[in-house]
Amino acid sequence: MLSVRQVTKEFGGIRAVDACSFEVERASITGLIGPNGAGKTTLFNIMSGFLRPDRGEVWFDGQRIDHLPPHRIARLGLVRTFQIPRELKAMTVLENLMLVARDQRGERIWNSWFFPSKVREEEEAARAKAEEVLEFLDLSRHAHELAGNLSVGQKKLLELARGLMADPKMFLLDEPGAGVNPSLMRRITGYIEELRRRGTTFLLIEHDMDLVMNICDKVIVMNQGTHLAEGDPEVVRQNPVVVEAYMGGTP
Amino acid sequence: MTVEGVLSYLVFFATMAGIYAVLSLGLNIQWGYNGLFNIGIAGFFAVGAYTSAILTTPPSPTHLGGFGLPMMVGFLAAGAASGLIALLIGIPTLRLREDYLAIATIGIAETIRYIFQNEAWLAGGIRGLAGIPFPWRRALGPSANFVYLALVIAILAALYFALERGLRSPWGRVLKAIREDEYVAAASGKDVFRFRLESLVLGGIVMGFAGSLYAHFVGFISPQAFHPMLTTFIVWVMLTVGGSGNNKGAIVGAYLVWAIWSMTEFVTDFLPSAMATRAASLRVVLIGVLLIAVLMYRPTGLFGEERHVSRLIARSPTGGSHARSG
Repeated sequence: MLSVRQVTKEFGGIRAVDACSFEVERASITGLIGPNGAGKTTLFNIMSGFLRPDRGEVWFDGQRIDHLPPHRIARLGLVRTFQIPRELKAMTVLENLMLVARDQRGERIWNSWFFPSKVREEEEAARAKAEEVLEFLDLSRHAHELAGNLSVGQKKLLELARGLMADPKMFLLDEPGAGVNPSLMRRITGYIEELRRRGTTFLLIEHDMDLVMNICDKVIVMNQGTHLAEGDPEVVRQNPVVVEAYMGGTP
Repeated sequence: MTVEGVLSYLVFFATMAGIYAVLSLGLNIQWGYNGLFNIGIAGFFAVGAYTSAILTTPPSPTHLGGFGLPMMVGFLAAGAASGLIALLIGIPTLRLREDYLAIATIGIAETIRYIFQNEAWLAGGIRGLAGIPFPWRRALGPSANFVYLALVIAILAALYFALERGLRSPWGRVLKAIREDEYVAAASGKDVFRFRLESLVLGGIVMGFAGSLYAHFVGFISPQAFHPMLTTFIVWVMLTVGGSGNNKGAIVGAYLVWAIWSMTEFVTDFLPSAMATRAASLRVVLIGVLLIAVLMYRPTGLFGEERHVSRLIARSPTGGSHARSG
């Protein structure tokens, strides 16, 4: 589904990602772990088009994407969330979601002038879809709230909701569990598993090892910008190289 | 002052404020909805005014043209020329950080003013362009200004309805999302550059229209009329006072601030003669104080933004009761 091939990215002589390669299988939940500064978020930024790699290739669903701008990658169905929720504060939750709807004729201003009924039709469809997503994530009662007024946990869910509006084939989740209380964590885990059952692929950066061990089919470990190890979560946890990288010493 | 005098002053006032309201609507597309920091409004206004003037004045040996075309042609061309300038500024700057647009717009606005000031062959230079026609002025006699006011109001109303429809739509929603967080807009599949360019150009077109309306109203334009203080700064105050991000606010703010600005002129007339020379600066200080007061006590302006961008949500039964915020 997603293939990272020898990707390298330098920032002023510091190699944030160093010839990193791995594959993510379709309809899997893959965890991307590693110590702070290992290059995980940089890699996410490359995969989602916000950064261009200096060398190497990224392939998604049979297509090379490392030269595409972020909006084109999102439209292909590779959708990311942000580590710290980036809600559109002055807009309602409902419109945070409706924004994402694809192929809206109303995004051309003259269509609103000359074909208002078509725009209205699509707008109603987008709204219905947004309400369905809010229902799924149990956020319906906040639909008309300004997103800036949501709690931290609700903003986390809003990130997920906005992603769902894009019809993702694959989700890149940057720390979905960070700063989330245990009961919300269970809900988020439940949503991820439910979506995977429906065929969505997940790659998630996560520091919470319980979450990783619970839901990931496979774990990829990064250290110093490169792929260190990968495999079954339990096996990886026992791997002495991983323990060394994470803990800074053999126990 | 006679009744006629008061009435004719009011007509003058309402026409000028209406022209400023058009500028304010233009800035609302760029800043209110899209967060584009255009501090070169005077430049777009000037390009519109001069384009219209050159195209509609009768042939003259001292400057380019005139071409003696109908006012309608001048009006449309003013929008097109100003929109083209916006396009040329936008292409190199809108991919960069926001501050670059601000630098480019103020730089180009001043450049435009100096070009009109120094290139006498183009538009009369410092002496300006006179005799910009309003076709029915002679036939209408004393009621000409009433008719012109009606024309300005009609154009302002048409622009208001077109922009309400165009902005309170998915297009406007994308603009606002970019204003709030361009990374989210991009991650949501929206081409940020394209939308910013459209917003800058449409705003530029509207400002060009305002320039044309101004030129045909006063009949004479010169570079001094396009000083950043009198156009750029005051339009920013108008939009801020009325409510950035709200078309109604843009219009009400223009009328209100123009009223205050005009009243300060009366007030400064009563100042002792020693102070009178400083009166012009005092008026600017007053407007500045007004801006600071609004930003401190009512940062959303008089109107604030509508809760939902889309008119369709605001009107529908489930959203209706929540649709308006204070």
